[in-house]
Amino acid sequence: MLDNIQRTTVARPRTGLLFLAVIVGHVILISSQVQSRAGVPVLEGVTFGVFSRVQQATAGVFRFVGSGWSNYVDLRGVRGENETLRSRVSELEVRLQEQRALALRAERLQAALNLQSAVAVPTLAAEVIAGYVNPGILTVTIDRGSADGVLEDMAVIAPVGVVGRVIGPVAAHAARVQLLVDQHAAAGAVIERSRAGGMVVGRDADPTLRMDLVSYLADVKIGDLVVTSGADGIYPRGFTIGWVETADRGEGLYKSITVKPSVDFRSLEEVLVVLRPARKAIPEESGEPPSGPAR
Amino acid sequence: MKAVVVLLALAGALALQTTLSGLTINGARMVNLVVVAVVYVALMYGSVTGLMAGTAGGLAQDTLAGGIVGIGGLSKTIIGFLSGVLGAHFIVAQPLPRFVMFVGATIAHEVVFQGVYALVEARGFRLQFTPLLTQALINGIVGLTAFFIVERGPGLVQGRRARRGRY
Repeated sequence: MLDNIQRTTVARPRTGLLFLAVIVGHVILISSQVQSRAGVPVLEGVTFGVFSRVQQATAGVFRFVGSGWSNYVDLRGVRGENETLRSRVSELEVRLQEQRALALRAERLQAALNLQSAVAVPTLAAEVIAGYVNPGILTVTIDRGSADGVLEDMAVIAPVGVVGRVIGPVAAHAARVQLLVDQHAAAGAVIERSRAGGMVVGRDADPTLRMDLVSYLADVKIGDLVVTSGADGIYPRGFTIGWVETADRGEGLYKSITVKPSVDFRSLEEVLVVLRPARKAIPEESGEPPSGPAR
Repeated sequence: MKAVVVLLALAGALALQTTLSGLTINGARMVNLVVVAVVYVALMYGSVTGLMAGTAGGLAQDTLAGGIVGIGGLSKTIIGFLSGVLGAHFIVAQPLPRFVMFVGATIAHEVVFQGVYALVEARGFRLQFTPLLTQALINGIVGLTAFFIVERGPGLVQGRRARRGRY
């Protein structure tokens, strides 16, 4: 009994000390990245490399279970019919489901391939294998990595527009893509009609994009197409980002513009990685260098 | 054994978070399974295990998500530790106190997470209440379901087997 009391009184300060030590460790870890923004490449590389395999396996299992479950649900619908007819119908339904899924997939891949042949830059088709691991940071995992030629900061696009960029470190067979709608992402952009330049950044609201640094004198109308300017050195010039949803006189010398993205980020399945390494950001025509996509 | 359970809970939460979010922004924001796992572990095993689970789960989530490594770790360490301390001081064996713990921990986690990000990025503190409350409520329900499955699941299965055996 006395032993227990002594142990408890000794253990409490130890727990407090451990808590303090861990907190201080975290603060040091965070502080070390504030200036350099280099992250912790080894830790990130190892964790991501290992876990991307788990993600691939989990995605495979869930697809298998999902397909099995939908087949099961379909089978339950025809249970009332006689045995022979039921097995025949269920078999046909399963086949129909498979064919429909294949047709949809072929359609999507066709769209991706059409884009692949239309764009001048070399691209690589990739499949999204995992969604957002942290609700506060919008990144997805794709099934292509350094073994396929994917490098950090390569642009990722979809048939309808810009998706985001690869953020490092890249695993051998998987890579992380920071979506353009993430509040820490940005891209150099222009209004296609008037060529007014600016920078599109993600935001935690609807619509999910905002266009900054557009002069209040610039000609911007609701519905104008916003495309990449190529000035950031990551996204190729001329790819669709979205459409202007609101354009008001903002604070200071700039307009306040929101942009509705052309890509539906709720259903990303196949994307294309632009296999062109990022180059150094080039200055705009105005002479003012853009601040670059990584914020 | 405890370490294995904690690691499995965290790995499962991470894998499910990336898969069950259905690759949708809204779906992903609605639940944070790693927070649920950390609070669950803290309530089950105490403050030290909660602290360790918070550190491991938060750092893993940070490294996988691609943000600043340590912010999620710090916030989850704090909620893991505090959940363990509160779990030891109050009776949290009933569904309502447990639900309150999950909801409170989710809100505390988001406040710390966004607060540290605001400090690091020198920007204003942003907290969106409706998504946060939705996430807190869903985390609470998921946490209670996890407790229910672990505590009552084996008994229910045995009961069903026994009933089947009688017929």
